[in-house]
Amino acid sequence: MEKPFRRWDLLGIRTLSAAEINGILDTAENFREIDTREIKKVPALRGKTVSNLLFENSTRTRTSFELAAKRLSADAVNISVSSSSVSKGETLLDTALNLDAMQPDCIVVRHSSAGVPHQLARVSKAAIINAGDGANEHPTQALLDAMTIREHKKKIEGLNVAIIGDIIHSRVARSNIHLLTKLGAKVKVAGPGTLVPKDLEHLISQNHLRERVGSATDGEQQNPPGNAGGSGLLTVCGHVEDAIRGADVVMILRIQRERQDSAYFPTLREYAIHYGLTNDRLGLAKKDVIVLHPGPMNRGIEISSEVADSSRSLILDQVKYGVTVRMAVLYLATGGAVVRL
Amino acid sequence: MADESTLVEKSRIMDSARIKRAISRLASEIVEENHGAKDLYIVGIRRRGVPLAERIVDKIETLEGVRPIYGIIDITLYRDDLSTVGANPIVNRTELNEDVDGKIVVLVDDVLYTGRTIRAAMDQLMDFGRPRKVQLAVLIDRGREHRELPIQADFIGKVVPTKQTEIIRVMLKEYDNVEAVGIFERP
Repeated sequence: MEKPFRRWDLLGIRTLSAAEINGILDTAENFREIDTREIKKVPALRGKTVSNLLFENSTRTRTSFELAAKRLSADAVNISVSSSSVSKGETLLDTALNLDAMQPDCIVVRHSSAGVPHQLARVSKAAIINAGDGANEHPTQALLDAMTIREHKKKIEGLNVAIIGDIIHSRVARSNIHLLTKLGAKVKVAGPGTLVPKDLEHLISQNHLRERVGSATDGEQQNPPGNAGGSGLLTVCGHVEDAIRGADVVMILRIQRERQDSAYFPTLREYAIHYGLTNDRLGLAKKDVIVLHPGPMNRGIEISSEVADSSRSLILDQVKYGVTVRMAVLYLATGGAVVRL
Repeated sequence: MADESTLVEKSRIMDSARIKRAISRLASEIVEENHGAKDLYIVGIRRRGVPLAERIVDKIETLEGVRPIYGIIDITLYRDDLSTVGANPIVNRTELNEDVDGKIVVLVDDVLYTGRTIRAAMDQLMDFGRPRKVQLAVLIDRGREHRELPIQADFIGKVVPTKQTEIIRVMLKEYDNVEAVGIFERP
């Protein structure tokens, strides 16, 4: 029987074992059927409260978490920065304690600074789910990407995955690199030299450091040190073409237009020419390649419209599975369950 | 269920042949009661209701020459003790691919005890539509005195009066190494 834990936080992929990741994905797989019902609602989390605490704007992630909570019959409230007391000068800690006093069972948090969810997890009684913290992690995005890949490729181990774009600022890239290498995929990253850290390998060589806040893991350590780290699963490529060649999956990152002023690359047009995913570049990948993008996409910049609208692009599947994965995460988190196989 | 290794088998009430006969009889009773296999929708409740339902479907097919619709229900998300069991149990998939509207749904489970599992299954079933009728078939009925809800079975393999301290285990080759039904007790 499962040990009853007080709660289960999802702060990042880095601290999860491969078995735990597969456990979440398997649970999500079983939630998929609910989205196809006429009445898309089950009573599992009746009476539980999920607070979406969003310090950064995000219609998609917020809606996705909100729908996930509602499909499980939980009550979902959204607290966005513009309408909260944060803009009146309240500290993060005070906001968290006030929120906690209202007894939510789960807080979904997104913040522009890395580590905010971890800090909340230390003070809050509720389960904390990281919905994106600075350039650190965005675990549910990586999980929904993995679910999309699993659906189309039936596995993750051994796949060649190219991640293209602004790696340095991307929490999506970071969470995906952790997840994919833990599950045994070969990841190649590429992008402008200014936006791809050369020493990225150290990222996964620290995979085995398991620091989990307020949670236990049955003492198991499914991912022994060195399993992913340093085993050649992650490669930094000098050219986009090298990353895409022979790929089963191409993951395109959004170019954050707001960074254009910081002179990481000369112009958006130049970015499109050198790094944008066009049909020609995609031709280097395997015939049955699939294309993922976390959205919102800049058509004609990081991805051409012909690719975005082609059958190889699974961008809308990603959005669909986003709700399913978040249902599974909310179910596991509020039940305080440890992921078991 | 309690840790299975610590349980002691007190008596064996069914062997493989008796289980087979009971399933045959359940299948005949279901088609007799419903005047054939038309509109029949046999739904197994996870886990051990599923292989039982499959066998009933096979049997009805040989009796009537028509294969009834078949589905699976996982009641985890509809349990009434989710907030008290501690860790949330593993969720498995519900597979009701055919429309339940207007059908005669026969829920199939291994053991009828408190009736709470059946309540959860019926709640879930109603979220899928409006069956014309819902009936219940079980291999073992532990007796009305254990019921915590007003739920009774329409088709029963065997009534086995038990004490609350006793545990009935239906063992099927799909999940266990043997085919048998036994009464177990904690030592």
